[in-house]
Formats: sequence, C-alpha cells, structure tokens
Amino acid sequence: MNRSPYISNAPSVGSIMFKVLLALVPGIAAYVWIYGGGILVTLTLATITALAAEAAMLKLRKRPIQPFLMDYSAVVTAWLLALAIPPIAPWWLIVVGTFFAIVVAKQLYGGLGYNPFNPAMIGYAVLLISFPVLMTKWPAALQLAQTPLSFGDQLHLIFSGVLPQGVQIDAVTSATPLDYLKTQLMLKHEVGSITQAPVFGVLGGKGNEWVTGAYLLGGLYLWQQKIISWHLPTAFLAALAMISGVFWLVNPAHFASPLFHLFSGASMLCAFFIITDPVSGPTTPKGKLYFAAGVAVIAYLIRVYGGYPDGIAFAVIFMNICVPLIDAHTQPRVFGHEK
Amino acid sequence: MNAIVNIVSLFKSAKDIFPFHGGVHPPENKAQSTQLPIGQLPIPEKIVLPLRQHVGNIPKIKVSVGDYVLKGQLIAEAEGTVSAAIHGSTSGTVSAISDAIIPHPSGLPDRCITIAPDGLDKWIEKTPQDWRNAERKSLVASLRLSGIVGLGGATFPTHIKLRADGKSGVHTLVINAAECEPYITCDDMLMRERADEIVKGVAIAQYLLGAEKVMIGVEDNKPEAADALKTAINKLNAQIQVKIVPTLYPSGDARRLVHLVLGTEIPYDKRSTEVGLQVFNVATVVALYRYFELGEPSISRIVSMTGNVQKPQNFEVLFGTPMLHLVQAAGGAKANTTHFIMGGPMMGFDLPTAEVPITKAANCIIAASPTLFEQPPPAMPCIRCARCADACPVNLQPQELYWFAKSDNFEKANDYKLFDCIECGACSYVCPSDIPLVQYYRYAKSEIIALDKAKEAADLARERNDFRLARIEREKQERAQKHAERAQAGKAEAAKTETGTKAEPKIDQSDEKLNTNNGLTSGADDAKKAAIAAAIERAKALKAAAQTEATTEQKVKPEKSAPADDAAKKALIAAAIERAKAQKAAALATGNIPKNVADAAEPVKKEIAEIEARRQSVGLAEPKEAELITPNNTDAAADKQALIAAAIARAKAQKAAADAAKLAQSDIKTEKE
Repeated sequence: MNRSPYISNAPSVGSIMFKVLLALVPGIAAYVWIYGGGILVTLTLATITALAAEAAMLKLRKRPIQPFLMDYSAVVTAWLLALAIPPIAPWWLIVVGTFFAIVVAKQLYGGLGYNPFNPAMIGYAVLLISFPVLMTKWPAALQLAQTPLSFGDQLHLIFSGVLPQGVQIDAVTSATPLDYLKTQLMLKHEVGSITQAPVFGVLGGKGNEWVTGAYLLGGLYLWQQKIISWHLPTAFLAALAMISGVFWLVNPAHFASPLFHLFSGASMLCAFFIITDPVSGPTTPKGKLYFAAGVAVIAYLIRVYGGYPDGIAFAVIFMNICVPLIDAHTQPRVFGHEK
Repeated sequence: MNAIVNIVSLFKSAKDIFPFHGGVHPPENKAQSTQLPIGQLPIPEKIVLPLRQHVGNIPKIKVSVGDYVLKGQLIAEAEGTVSAAIHGSTSGTVSAISDAIIPHPSGLPDRCITIAPDGLDKWIEKTPQDWRNAERKSLVASLRLSGIVGLGGATFPTHIKLRADGKSGVHTLVINAAECEPYITCDDMLMRERADEIVKGVAIAQYLLGAEKVMIGVEDNKPEAADALKTAINKLNAQIQVKIVPTLYPSGDARRLVHLVLGTEIPYDKRSTEVGLQVFNVATVVALYRYFELGEPSISRIVSMTGNVQKPQNFEVLFGTPMLHLVQAAGGAKANTTHFIMGGPMMGFDLPTAEVPITKAANCIIAASPTLFEQPPPAMPCIRCARCADACPVNLQPQELYWFAKSDNFEKANDYKLFDCIECGACSYVCPSDIPLVQYYRYAKSEIIALDKAKEAADLARERNDFRLARIEREKQERAQKHAERAQAGKAEAAKTETGTKAEPKIDQSDEKLNTNNGLTSGADDAKKAAIAAAIERAKALKAAAQTEATTEQKVKPEKSAPADDAAKKALIAAAIERAKAQKAAALATGNIPKNVADAAEPVKKEIAEIEARRQSVGLAEPKEAELITPNNTDAAADKQALIAAAIARAKAQKAAADAAKLAQSDIKTEKE
C-alpha cells in the first residue's frame, strides 16, 4: 500500500479559522471603544445562530457535526456578517442574516469548501435588500452622538427596539460618511465642503478610521502568519486607490480622495477578511490579483454611481461568479512547459 | 514587477543557485542514522533475489535449483533493452526459484531466486577493465552485464542512460547527492566515507558520456559530505564542481536538481539527454567504479536502517538479504513498531510484510510506530487555500487536480498536467484538510492509463472481430456450396418421390429461412440446416472469444501484458473447441440424419414436423445440436428440451448483449473523456 507522505506539517482548518477570528479582535475592540458594546451582543447572537444552524444542517445532511463545528468556519462567517451590519439593529436582523448565510449560502451548497459565494456577503445582501431601512440605521460614534447610549441602553434597544426615555432615534444614529457624501453630492455640494462635516475624520469616518486601522493591523497579522497571501489585499487596496485616485485627480470637487475610500466603509475588512475567503475566491496568484482588483473597481463604482452607499457585498458576490473563469484563465506555467 | 524579477534573478545567479517553485522543509531526522559509520552485516542464512528489482523487463534466469553459484556470478541476464542483470550476492547453492513477497507497494508475490549461502563468500574471478583505453561502445555493452541500476530509488537500468553506440550529446553530468528526503542518509554516509570512490566513479561516468562538465549537487545539511567530496576532488585532482543547494524537499528530484545547479528547465516531454544533460545518483557512480575498476558487479548497496530501531545506522547490505537481518543489526525494532516503510516518509511505501529481501531500490528502511508517524485525522473538504499550489515544485494546481481526480474528470486532469506530477507529496504535507492528495493523483493516473489500454484493446478486438466475421462469411459460403453440391448428388441417387428440390447454391439467410421452412424436411434442407447451425455455432464461439479477450484485457494492469496474452490464447482455444464441436454436429447431421429422415415412415415425419412447429412457437430460432442428432424425441422430452434450450439461448443472448452494451458504454465514456 502506497499512502505516503507519512508526515504532515499543516495547521488544521480549525486553527486557520481561529487565527482569522483572533485577527478580528483588534477591530472589534476598536469598534466597542468607538461605538459602544452593542456589537458584542450582535457578535454573540450571530455566533450562536451560526453554530446552531450549522449543527442542525449537518445533522439533516447526516454529516459528522463535531469536526465541522470545530473548524470555526461558521463563526468566521457569523463575525464578518455581524461586523457588517448596524450593531444596534433589532436582534432578529442578525439572526435572520446569519441563518440565511449558513443554511442557504453555505450548507445547501454542500457545506465547507463547496459554497461558490461568500456566505457572509450573501447574508448581508439579503438583509440589505429585505430590510434597507434597518440596515442604514448606523449608530453615531459615541463622541459624536448627542446622547451617547450606554451598553445597557444598546442591549435594551437591540432586544426591545425601545430607546431610553426622551431620546430620539436621530440622536443616536448618524449617516455613515459614505452615505453622507453621497447624499450631499446629490445636493450639488462639493467634496471639500462636505468633508468639513463632523462625521469625517482625518482618513475616513471620524472614529471609524480607528476601527478600519485595527482591521488593517489584524490583516497584517494574518499575512505574517501566512494565513493569507499578499496578493488579495494588495491588489484590492491598490486597485481601489488607483480608480478613486484617477477620479479624484480628474475632479477633486466631485470625487473623494483615495485615502478616504481606503479607510471608509468596509474597505479594510474586505481587503483582509472578506475577499480572503479561500473557498469562494480564486486560487491562482494571478487570479487573486484580478479578483481583488475586480472587487475594488465594482465596489467603487457602486459607491459613486450605485444606489447603495457601499458596494462591497455586491462586488464580492459578482466576482465570486467569475472565479471559475478567472482560475481557468490564470493557470501558472507548469515546470517544463511553455506558457 | 519585471525589474524586481530581474534583480532577484541577478541575486540568484550571483549565488549560483536557481531555486525552483515551491518545495517544503520537513524535519530532517537525519542525525539519528549518521552517528555510526557504515556497518557491515554477517552473511545471512538465505539470500532471496527478486527478478523484479528495476524498471523494465524481468531478466532471464540462467541458473536452476541445485546449482552452485559464486559471489558476483550472473544468475539472471538482462532481457530486452530495458532490463538489468542479477548476480549472486554471495556464494552458495540455488535452493529455490519460486514466488515470494517482494518489497513492492502491491504486496504481491513475484519470482525470486533463493540462494542458500555456504558462508565462504567466494568471488567469481574479477575482471577489472582498462576503461580509459577501451572503446565506449564495448564499455556500454559490458555495462549490460553489470546489473547496475539507478540507486537513488528510480532503479532505471544504467546502461540505458548511456547510448549503446557509445555516442551521446551530453555536455554536463550532474551527480545527484541532494538526498532531500527526511531520514535517508545512505548517500550522505557514502560521501563521507567513500568520496574517493565517488570521484573515481564520476570519471568513468564522464568518460562514458563524453561530458565536459561535472557538477555534484549536495544539500547544505550535509557539510561533512561536501567537505569529504571537496577533499577527494582535490586529492585526485578532478574537475568536479560541488554545488551546495539549500535544503528544500524535493531538491533531489532530477529535474529540480538540474534547475537548481544549472538553471535549466528540462522540457516536460524531453529526457535530460535531449538537452545535453545526464543525472546520476552518487551511489550509482560508486557502483560504476566498482564494476569497471574492481570487476565487481552490482551485488550490494548502502541502506539506512532508521526510525523506530534501537541503533539507527547505515549498512552495506547484500541484495537479497532478509530485511529483518538488517533490523537485527540495528539493535532490533522497538516494542511499539507497527510496520516498516521502504524509502523516506515523503515518498516511501509500507512494506507488505517484514519478510522481504533488500533490493536495489532499498535506500532506506524506516521502522514505523504510531508516535513516529501519526495516523492522519480524517480528511476535511478542500477549502481551496492553495497551500498545495504554493508547495508544488512543478507549479501544478493540486487543488484543481484533486477536484478532477475525485470527480473522475480525467480529461480535465490531463489538461491540468496531471502526468507532470512527480508524486513528491509536498501538497499532502501542507494540506490543512489532511487530504491524501497524492493518492488521488496515483488513482487518476492509473485510471487514465487503464482506460487508454482498454480503448486500445477494444479497438484491436473490434478490428480482429470484423476480420473474423468476414472470414467466417467467406467460409460459410464455401461450405454451404459444398454441402449443397453434395446434397444434390445424394438426392439424384435417391428416389424421385420428393418434390420442391430447390437447389440453393448460396445460403446467406439463416434463421429466418429455417423458421419459414415447412416441416417436411428434405435432404438438402437438412444439410443446409446443419451447415447453418454449424456456422452459427462458430460465429457464437468467435464472438464469445472476442468478448472474453476484450474484457480480460480491460482488467489487466498496464505493465503486465502476459496475462492478456494468456487470456487471448485461452479464448482462441475455446473458440477452436467450439468450432470442432460445431463441425462434429454438422458432420453428424449431414452424415446420419438425412438418411434416417428420408427413410423414416410417415408418422415419424409428422412427429418431426410437430417438433419443429413447437420449437417455433417457443421462439427458438436456432436449432440445437441435440435436436439435430436426435430428431425423433418423444413429445414431452422434446418439449422440455426445447424450452430449456430456448431459455439458455435467451440468457446467452442477453448476456452477450449486456456485455456488448457495457463495452460500448465504456468506449463511449473513453471517447467522451
């Protein structure tokens, strides 16, 4: 019997996913600091839903439950989705989104390794289309809110939908910088004056730039740990910087700077955590470059011309469709073969 | 981007080493077996020499049981071009020539020559050769008798690597001393202890190839070996370049090593000689030295005995030595040893039993234990992380190949260069999902080879069958004509009571005609019937023969063509038997029955008619031998017989149809893929 090699030096799928979760921790910490503890509730709800849905589906599909729950892939999906939706949204929103992501986008396609689309992005897209209003109710950064909510208030809001006495919803939420920019541009204001608004910080949204910065940090950790290769994040960020740079150079009054785009919305999360999902992404080095650049360009175009403030989810889903094509056409030259 | 690549390649060429893509660095585990010098073993109680120790044809046995053989005596000679000779590894008596388990992944027994040593270890008369003043051509021819094969593990007969006419376009000889697999240290120890022999052997190889340049590639984890080589080169004033390559598995793969030391990428469809290069393992050149300078054929090699044994060590082992003898010499296996692995942990295989002999391919024996080699966890789904692609030294996309192999999409697997896979195991080594990737590739490769073979065989069988059918048709017509003539002659003699004598010279319609025949059989009709029956039997027999041939050939493993020939022979014999039977039946029919029927009384004829009618009613198209011979059966018996015969015929027809359908389907599948 020939069953070599007898030795292995591979981290398990579980340990890879665990490191991804670990890399998200700085971002989550910054999130809590800027927006309050509500996100922890959302994360918990998402985690429980994901694990329960995964277990139930594995049982229905007669697959071993323990090894697949312990691979943490469901938790990664849950966390990414939780970080992508407003943390003060009603509790059932994240439950519905996570449930859809795990059951439909992942398990119905065959579970780990078989989902053609990024499950978290499918969950996000479903929520955005189904509950557009709830999905835009983002909390203002605590330092900007007229009446900052305590953790208890946020918890109460999430589960009962009731704000503390005398507090209006507008007092605790605010438009995201991308959203604000979009609406103000439609009102014929110029970028220079728009960005004077309090929601804007040095790089992106005030406060939010810390969160995105922490994502960047976590991403660098993943790269250092060789969990992700440089191709996807670099190509994404470079392409986003390039396309926004071109538009910005042509008309700085109408288009925001590359730096703003890099540090706004889900850019950093996307660059290091979303498009780096190996299952739904391309495998060839060149393919990764094309894929990431494609996501960046589409996301930018949606931001600027589309109907949504951010376009990461749709861009990722669209590029997921292209993965087989990209892989097929970016096969590297095999040793001893002409190209 | 290009600028960066240029700078990097400049840097590389400055370092004089050209790295290949991928590679892995597993724990080396080499120190254990390099603590002690190369050990010698006492002569074992028996020597078992498998004939299959190399790539190619098995050699022809030149001794018989009871013969006394000397050490170094040729006991089996190379047969055909790709084959290698085998020599007695010590003096003694041939005690058996029989099948025994050989060290092969299949675990199947194969032909072996067993020698009972007499303990004298008496050499044949050694005939060293003055190779410097000899013609290359004669040296290469003499090499055919040396039994030398590639000792790196590939065991390709060495004389094939040197052109028989002594000419070659090889300008650079690369000596493979990388020894990249963990645990294995036989080449390392050989270099440390016998560097002089290596340098002398290199000179011979260089002369035989006419190579201008020689390089030895050594991994940087063997500094002692490299130093020993350099010292020997200086001492013997040889022009050999020692290239230190980084320790990275699989740098010992010939194509990878050539790239490392020369930067040359040997095209996938070319041999190294076609680009002026030749690669020899370091142990092989020592064998060359021993053969030409000392007159000793290939009878032993250095083997690393390591892993879960008390005292891991390298030994010089006579081919055919029982492996357990070697284990014993290393202090015995530790208590929790489960089995033995031949080769390294990356590309080796489980030995089917401990009762196997050491062969030319045995560079390393590892005693395995659950602590040494953990049972891999159950495989998880592929998450397309492409770590395998990063590790692949051939720059393949293992994750895609896995997908295609798993779904039996062999055409795609081929498109993605499956056959360029060297099965080094680097992909499996880094797979987070613990997928036994190499197994999938081995499976897909063997399936593709088998399908190709089957298709070839089916095409051949079809062609043969078409030819046969044409011949049968011709023979049938000739025979029918003869029968008709004879019948006519016989009828002329007979009384003129019968009517409707339609002499049909040609009988090419068979069953239909028979069925529409009325019960009143004439002599001519019977003859006709008999002839037809015989023809049908023949056709059936041939069809059966063709089918057995096709199906057996399909099952046969690619490398073993002998069983296929056997099957074909058997089928032919069966066909011949069938033919003989049919002829006998025909003879009986033509010889006896017409007369009987002709002379029979009216009631008997009536009965025959009834039988015929019944036969038609049960749908029996073909007349059976038995019925032809005894047409005057009683009703009940005939009825039953007819029914049984009909059932058998139907079953046969169904089976034949099913077989044909299966064959056709497999053909369609092959074509589709």
